[in-house]
Amino acid sequence: MPQTLIRIRNLHKRFGALEVLKGIDIDVTSGERIAIIGSSGSGKSTLLRCINFMETPTGGTIELDGVTLGTPKNGSPQSERSYSERELCSVRERVGMVFQQFNLFPHMTALENVMEGLLTVKRKPAAEARERAREQLAHVGLSDKADAYPGKLSGGQQQRVAIARALAMEPEVMLFDEPTSSLDPELVGEVLRVIRALAEEGRTMLLVTHELGFAYHYADRVLFLADGLIHEAGTPDEVLKHPREERTRSFLARFTEFTF
Amino acid sequence: MDYTWDFKVVADNFPILLRGVWLTVELWAVALVLGLMLGLLISLGPVSGKRWLRIPAIGYVEVFRNTPVLVQLIWFYYAFPIVLGQQLSPITAAIMGLTLNTSAYCAEIFRAGIESIAKGQWEAAKAIGMTRSMALRRVILPQVGKRMLPAFTNRAIELAKVTSLASVLAVHEVMYQGRLLSSTYYRPLEILTVVALVYFVLIYPGSWLSARLERKLALRD
Repeated sequence: MPQTLIRIRNLHKRFGALEVLKGIDIDVTSGERIAIIGSSGSGKSTLLRCINFMETPTGGTIELDGVTLGTPKNGSPQSERSYSERELCSVRERVGMVFQQFNLFPHMTALENVMEGLLTVKRKPAAEARERAREQLAHVGLSDKADAYPGKLSGGQQQRVAIARALAMEPEVMLFDEPTSSLDPELVGEVLRVIRALAEEGRTMLLVTHELGFAYHYADRVLFLADGLIHEAGTPDEVLKHPREERTRSFLARFTEFTF
Repeated sequence: MDYTWDFKVVADNFPILLRGVWLTVELWAVALVLGLMLGLLISLGPVSGKRWLRIPAIGYVEVFRNTPVLVQLIWFYYAFPIVLGQQLSPITAAIMGLTLNTSAYCAEIFRAGIESIAKGQWEAAKAIGMTRSMALRRVILPQVGKRMLPAFTNRAIELAKVTSLASVLAVHEVMYQGRLLSSTYYRPLEILTVVALVYFVLIYPGSWLSARLERKLALRD
């Protein structure tokens, strides 16, 4: 029986007076691929960023492998929780993230970017880190760019290095935050191919995306977010082809070029 | 102008001036190195995201940047010993004043440098499980260093100039020696011109390097 890897309950995130997430519940099963869609401002990126604590939730709980993270600030289990740096670092080792803007380290070569976490966080010897980093670069088809600095790589290549950097940590879950949104159209394909290959390997992943075609073909489940809540959820066929909610329909209608 | 230049007095007292130059260089080097290290430490206050670290660090920087260096030096020599209950030697007071003053400016340079690095770099480091201090050491500071080099060169030049203020505490650096000699021999024109020249020779290479560096870095970006 597949186990629940991540269990999110009543997740809230507030930025000052603005409540971005208003109570999200999600169960992520091991090996599951979830696409999160919604218009900008719906909270989809914030939701993803809460899962690896790039943003600290202001309410609710996140459970990883049966362990509820953080400790309640004032004793009551429903209150805001505090998280130690130590705990967050170990969570982030297990939950990898790929950003819209790649965020490669510009002073390191592609190989060094991938090695960095192995050296500093996993404390691997340099030779082993280098070998594993090379394998990861090969995995994303960039063996020949190992010694190139990010500034010399195309956007698509940079994003593939960023994926390799995250994979090198051997995370149990991968989070993709609009990984193709800042790419030129002709470079989107190469990145999606890499993500697709990961999906086919059976990796657990959550993907915030505007690539609805990709979500349709490679997600097990699609969540449509609106106003900080999951408005509609189901299989890609249910949500993308036969949406029940008016709001989902009008969102999908905006993607005029969207064909399966 | 009816004046006969006579540099013999300079030649005769060359060893005294040279000792002064040496002390100036010492003050400069020690205050710069200590100021840089302390400045880095202090700059971590504002970027730590912790209020109890941020506010004292900002206060420290503002106090030293908004009061005259001369006042600071004299304060450390005449006023601080009362708090301390122990007299400081002129050179200790001078090094202290210069170091703390420089550290405040360096802290500002470090802070601005660190904050100029895009938030995404911190996030990328955190996302692979790095702690804040790992991220700072491995990802942020290496990128900041190059950017800050021109600012630090300027700071070093400024510090070389203000070491001359230590002369008011009777630190026997080159300015002090110059004033002593000029009042002993009544030859201020020759002696003080040479003193000015000494500073120029000490400082100009730094300015030149800084200008070149700035141009080079500008070309690269």
